[in-house]
Amino acid sequence: MAQFNLPANSIVKPGKNYPAIVDSHTIKRVIVYRYDPDSDENPRADTYEVDLDTCGPMVLDALIKIKNEMDSTLTFRRSCREGICGSCSMNINGLNTLACIKAIKDIKGDLKIYPLPHMPVVKDLVVDLSRFYKQYASVKPWMKTETQPPSGRERLQSKNDREKLEGLEECILCACCSTSCPSYWWNSDRYLGPAVLLQAYRWIADSRDEATTDRLEQLEDSFKLYRCHTIMNCTNTCPKGLNPAKAIAEIKKLIATG
Amino acid sequence: MHWWMQRLTAAVLVPIVVWLAFSVAMLGSASHEAVVRWLQSPVVMTLLMLLVVTTFYHTKLGMQVIIEDYVRGWLKAVSLILLNLICVLLTVVGIAALLKIVL
Repeated sequence: MAQFNLPANSIVKPGKNYPAIVDSHTIKRVIVYRYDPDSDENPRADTYEVDLDTCGPMVLDALIKIKNEMDSTLTFRRSCREGICGSCSMNINGLNTLACIKAIKDIKGDLKIYPLPHMPVVKDLVVDLSRFYKQYASVKPWMKTETQPPSGRERLQSKNDREKLEGLEECILCACCSTSCPSYWWNSDRYLGPAVLLQAYRWIADSRDEATTDRLEQLEDSFKLYRCHTIMNCTNTCPKGLNPAKAIAEIKKLIATG
Repeated sequence: MHWWMQRLTAAVLVPIVVWLAFSVAMLGSASHEAVVRWLQSPVVMTLLMLLVVTTFYHTKLGMQVIIEDYVRGWLKAVSLILLNLICVLLTVVGIAALLKIVL
C-alpha cells in the first residue's frame, strides 16, 4: 500500500530560536526547516528573527543574512539571485518557488521555508535532484536531426515557428513544478513529471528537430506520460509563470491524433 | 491507448446514462409487462448492452489508475487481477441478465 505512516525521523520538531541582534520594530520571524540525515536527530524548524531594515527585499536575501550574521550552519543552494539559474527553489509558505524572486513583503505573518516537497534531503534546504536530472537526460534534450544543415549557415526558423517555443524555452529546470505534483510524489520512479515533460515538448514543438515521431513514441507510456492526472499544481506553482500542464496536454493530443 | 479509451468510454457513457435516466423516469408507473416489452425492443437492448460493457470497462480503466498510483508491492498485482476479474464478472452477469429478458 501507499505508505501512510511516516518513516523514521520525519516529524519536524520545534527547533532553536535565534532572537534579533538589534532592537527593531521591523522584525520578521523566519522559520526554516533544518535537517542533517547523517545525524540521528529528527528535522527541526529553527526560528530566526530577522531585522528587515538591514535586509534585502527577497526571501533569498533573508537566508543569506541569516547565514552571514546569525547561523553559518544553515545550508541552501543559490547562485544567480535573479531567477534564471533555478538553484534556490524551495517551499516558501506552502508554495514551491524561487527564493530570489519571492519578495518578503508579499508574505503575511511568519516566513516559513522548507525544502522542495517529497525529495530526499541532502541537508536543510538542499534536496537530491539526481533522479530529476536523469529523467531530463532521458528525453534527449537537444536538437536531433537527420538531414545536413544548409551549407555555410545554421538551420533557420520562421518567426511563427519560433513563437511555438515561447513558454517552453524559458524553463530553468528548478523542479518547483515536478516536486509540487502529487503524481510525481507517488510515482517519480516511473513518471517523468511536469518539468521534464515540458522540456520534452520543447523539442517536439521545435520546427528544426527531426525526431518528433521518435520522441512521441518514447513518451507513449502509461507511466512516463499518462500519470499526469491534470492536477495543475505545476502550472499553479511555476515561478516563471509557465504552463507545464498545457505542454503535457499538447503531447497527449499529438499522440492521440497520431 | 488507456488514456484514449478512458475518454472514449466517458464520452459514450454521457448520452446513454442521460437516455437511461429519462427512460426509467418515463417508465415510472408502467406495469411489469410494459417494462419487459420496452426492454425487448432491439434499440433499447443494444443500448443497454453497450451501457453494461462501457460502464465496467470504464470502471476498470479508472480503478486501474488509482491502484497503480496508490497500491504498492504484491498487493498491487493482486488488486489489479481482482479488479479485472470483478469487472469481467459484472459485465458477464449484466449481459446474461439482459439476454434472459430477450430470450
